[in-house]
Amino acid sequence: MTIEQIQEELIDEFSMFDDWMQRYEYMIDLGKSLPLIDEAKKTDDKLIKGCQSKVWLDAGLNGEKVNFKADSDAIITKGIIAILIRVFDDQAPEDILSAKMDFIDEIGLKEHLSPTRANGLVSMVKQLKLYALGYQAQLNS
Amino acid sequence: MFDVHAIRKEFPILSREVNGYSLVYLDNAATSQKPQQVIDAIVDYYSNYNANIHRGVHSLSQEATDAYEAARKKIQAHFSVKHSHEVILTPGTTHGINLVANGFSSLLKEGDEIIVSALEHHSNIVPWQMLCERTGAILKVIPIDEDGVLKMDAFDTLLSKKTKLVFVNHISNALGTINPIKYIIDEAHKYDAAVLIDGAQACSHIKPNLAALDCDFYVTSAHKMCGPTGVGMLYGKEEWLEKLPPYQGGGEMIAEVSFEKTTYAGLPHKFEAGTPNICGGIAFGVAIDYLNNIGFDAIAAHEEKLLKYATKKLLAIDGLKIYGTGTQKTSVISFNIEGIHPYDIGTIVDKLGIAVRTGHHCAQPIMNFFNIPGTVRASFAFYNTMEEVDKLVSAVERAKMMLQ
Repeated sequence: MTIEQIQEELIDEFSMFDDWMQRYEYMIDLGKSLPLIDEAKKTDDKLIKGCQSKVWLDAGLNGEKVNFKADSDAIITKGIIAILIRVFDDQAPEDILSAKMDFIDEIGLKEHLSPTRANGLVSMVKQLKLYALGYQAQLNS
Repeated sequence: MFDVHAIRKEFPILSREVNGYSLVYLDNAATSQKPQQVIDAIVDYYSNYNANIHRGVHSLSQEATDAYEAARKKIQAHFSVKHSHEVILTPGTTHGINLVANGFSSLLKEGDEIIVSALEHHSNIVPWQMLCERTGAILKVIPIDEDGVLKMDAFDTLLSKKTKLVFVNHISNALGTINPIKYIIDEAHKYDAAVLIDGAQACSHIKPNLAALDCDFYVTSAHKMCGPTGVGMLYGKEEWLEKLPPYQGGGEMIAEVSFEKTTYAGLPHKFEAGTPNICGGIAFGVAIDYLNNIGFDAIAAHEEKLLKYATKKLLAIDGLKIYGTGTQKTSVISFNIEGIHPYDIGTIVDKLGIAVRTGHHCAQPIMNFFNIPGTVRASFAFYNTMEEVDKLVSAVERAKMMLQ
């Protein structure tokens, strides 16, 4: 599936809920299916800065696609990174780099885009894209 | 007669909704809300007599100067300060601390010692570390026990002839512990050490008598006491303020200027370079009047009720642990629920209209001591109600159900 298709799928899934509690409960459930980063790799260099909770993110290249693994000590944050990884995992670096993030608003998580939110959704997206940028350079060299 | 519902009507923000719920504001340790009287004073200043002060001969400037200096006198009286020129109006607590730290860099030498407490806010740690780097002085730390209370026997052993400065907060922002500052001041003075008290968390709850305390410096911020942001007080004993060099150069702080030599203005202007926060200073005075009209005894009695009730109700939640369990504390409850990250709880209760603080509260050493990433902190003010405590408790229970 393309990034757009996955985003559409998420918008469909979240549109089934009528209130924020159900959305958050679903997000927490999504967090449970997150491909977890190995305990040994939970080092400071994998930590994303700017989050009130700890978020570790790691990436690897599989052919011409990027794979991500992550974890967090807070479960809402884990849900957020799980959503982002579902969108970006197993995609080509250039597609990750050009992806739009409007779907966050559409699935009712707009408040997490505000810079006052210390959960660092913005920092997570930035870090995911930085990995993509690195692998794009590697593939082009 | 203390009537919390009548008081609430004076705070316009308290009647708004957040996320579809009536706002329950329990982040008072971060900043307090403002009563209509303070808001009106700000509007009145800019609508009717905005002018630069201390220089103009025109009537508007006179009016603004009179109002600003009257506010200084109000602050002086409120804190029982001997001379009005010992009241320096600053942009806030952090500025006041930095002003003193900077001033001491010319008074300290290598090997001198500075004592701070383990309960300090980052703003009361970093300036002293910088001061130590500049001067070669050594930073010593008063440890805390499991209740989040300073160990006074350890403080006694830290004090020596080498001690030049002691810096302690009056009340811990992260835990609400009230520190035994009178003891600390008296003991430090036996060694001729200067004492600075950070009163940022104290002044909304109690009315410090600085003459009786006999501290050398005391700093606080207006915005925690129903006043505006960007203004605060540095109190310093006259002899210390005379000894410290000016912090910043500029207008207002000079007596005479030539390219050969500049002489500085006397106190308090020596430390008030540039155009001050005139409106903020005036509104600070109005906030002090407002709090005194309610009365600090009535404030303390109501907050004590809130603290006791909230402590009892929260502790009834299975797995909830409160940090800061000393007998002397203000209406601040810092807590966690076993197995749940404080950030998750803060996010869910916010969705229910409740404003609490989560995180390390700019006091990472305390969080390290308890080996936790942070806490959820509910801090109550005199305008909070028992019903709001109930709302907090049911929101925390709901969050627990979702998150466990």
